[in-house]
Amino acid sequence: MKRVYVNEKWCLGCHLCEYNCAFANSGETDMAGALKDVKIHPRIRVEGDNHISFAVSCRHCDDPICVKSCIAGALSVRNGVVHRDRDKCVGCYTCILVCPYGAVMPAPDGKAIQKCELCTDNAFGEPACVKGCPNGAIVFEER
Amino acid sequence: MGINYNVPEYEVVRDPQRCIACRVCERQCANEVHSYDPKTGKMKSDESKCVNCHRCVALCPTHALKIVKNNDTYRINAQWSNEAIGEIYRQAETGGMLLSSMGNPKPYPIYWDKMLLNASQVTNPSIDPLREPMETKTFLGKKPDHIERDSEGHIRTDNLPPQLKLEVPILFSAMSYGAISYNAHECLARAARALGTYYNTGEGGLHEDFYKYGPNTIVQVASGRFGVHKGYLEAGAAIEIKIGQGAKPGIGGHLPGAKIVGDISRTRMIPEGSDAISPAPHHDIYSIEDLRQLVYSLKEATEYKKPVIVKIAAVHNVAAIASGIARSGADIIAIDGFRSGTGAAPTRIRDNVGIPIELALAAVDSRLRQEKIRNNVSLIAGGSIRNSADVVKAIALGADAVYIGTAALLALGCHLCRTCQTGKCNWGIATQRPDLVKRLNPDIGTKRLINLVSAWKHEIMEMMGGMGINSIEALRGNRLMLRGVGLNDRELKILGIKHAGE
Repeated sequence: MKRVYVNEKWCLGCHLCEYNCAFANSGETDMAGALKDVKIHPRIRVEGDNHISFAVSCRHCDDPICVKSCIAGALSVRNGVVHRDRDKCVGCYTCILVCPYGAVMPAPDGKAIQKCELCTDNAFGEPACVKGCPNGAIVFEER
Repeated sequence: MGINYNVPEYEVVRDPQRCIACRVCERQCANEVHSYDPKTGKMKSDESKCVNCHRCVALCPTHALKIVKNNDTYRINAQWSNEAIGEIYRQAETGGMLLSSMGNPKPYPIYWDKMLLNASQVTNPSIDPLREPMETKTFLGKKPDHIERDSEGHIRTDNLPPQLKLEVPILFSAMSYGAISYNAHECLARAARALGTYYNTGEGGLHEDFYKYGPNTIVQVASGRFGVHKGYLEAGAAIEIKIGQGAKPGIGGHLPGAKIVGDISRTRMIPEGSDAISPAPHHDIYSIEDLRQLVYSLKEATEYKKPVIVKIAAVHNVAAIASGIARSGADIIAIDGFRSGTGAAPTRIRDNVGIPIELALAAVDSRLRQEKIRNNVSLIAGGSIRNSADVVKAIALGADAVYIGTAALLALGCHLCRTCQTGKCNWGIATQRPDLVKRLNPDIGTKRLINLVSAWKHEIMEMMGGMGINSIEALRGNRLMLRGVGLNDRELKILGIKHAGE
């Protein structure tokens, strides 16, 4: 299955992926309109400093511990993608606690969680972080 | 601190409707132009530091930025331009020589744009390169004076002097590891291998990781002899003796000690932090006879298996100098025009010394033909080749191949901001700062170089086909394919071409 991978050697720590993620999931068609004066809640986060940095998003584990831990049945695996059902999620944050990568986070309203679904859940269709990475550090590929 | 007399050259224009304060511009600017004001939640900029490299513009996700020429002006004066006044202010403040990078930006005539190419009509057929054979391969090196046959009557090919085989008549010109980054060198080396051509180490030696690209590498021996040893000479496909460089004829290179760190120090074989100063002349070359000694020393060291290139800057007596070099035993002469690039040069020298490559190339080719020694050497022209039409015109004027440097760097992302000397290249090319170097991903850079040269190759084939020519060999020195426009008789005579309409 194709997943998002990050090569820290080429990650510049520019944080563009975070903004592309926030835009892709905003439902808007214009980035400036979507993100101006807005605090973003991206599903990918750049960690590190100026020397070594890398973007972290859901690994879509083969045997995801978040899915196992979900008390509401809101997390499931669909075609390899760990998917969240917003209507079922009760916002207990158990998945946030168990995720070893810190790749699950509260949704902006705090009532549910959110996570990367490889842009299958928005109009973008392909991972926006990958498409917008200026240095080819984030890739979407089979490994 | 006294008064700062200089005004910012460029202005950063930020569209407040578009800026989302993502701070990408701030993170990407090594010159620290942009900053975030937490009080207002808005971005600010300090134009005085801007070099107009366009890194922020290219990465701004909402296209909120543009850089414009600052129209703040001193009182307009045709004699004393803003630039001239600003330079005086800078020198009055620092007492130093003005430094610049990349090629001469002054509005001298560009002869490429005053020559037009021919095409076939009715009386001779043009050739369609998509349907008919078209050869862009060429060989650089000394050619035999006559044909020899073996006892069977077959033409002997085992007695040829060493040749460089180029799939396309374009080589990447000398840019040292130190002046440009490790990643930039990797891009050039990998692209040269993929394209069947060569890149040139420049005078900074060859990084141990790149010995594997040796068959596509020209190793340079310059006046400082940095990084030169037996293994280095043996690693390359050819050896280039650099006498001069088009951007700064008559003076040597200077890589500041701050850039001599780690691998660069090891590759150059000089201590960390020491300035790498190349002498203006080679201290063992004061005549053609001396040059001949170095040519043969290098040939002896590599068992006569590699062609030796002598690179000179295009200067006033270039034809006579080239004639001497062609008799020195060198296999190839590279001529570097006055517009060629550099990582750092005194501004006055860059902008005022040397002559246009078009005139130099034509003069050298004519002179070598007159003296019947043109076959002794191949000619490489460099310093201002901007596109495939320039390549075709250079070959028609008499070049065997061309060097591209600036064009290659542009393909890698260079925006010609001409501040390489600061070592803060935001594109990861002319810098050694690890956080900046990694901005040039060699996988991307290599692909872009291959794309560029492949595109030019297609265009060269189309132009040759239009002229009814099906090989580089048949185009070389074919000045009947050129006509001048807007040139005077003297210029036409030097270029050896007719005026349009003749």
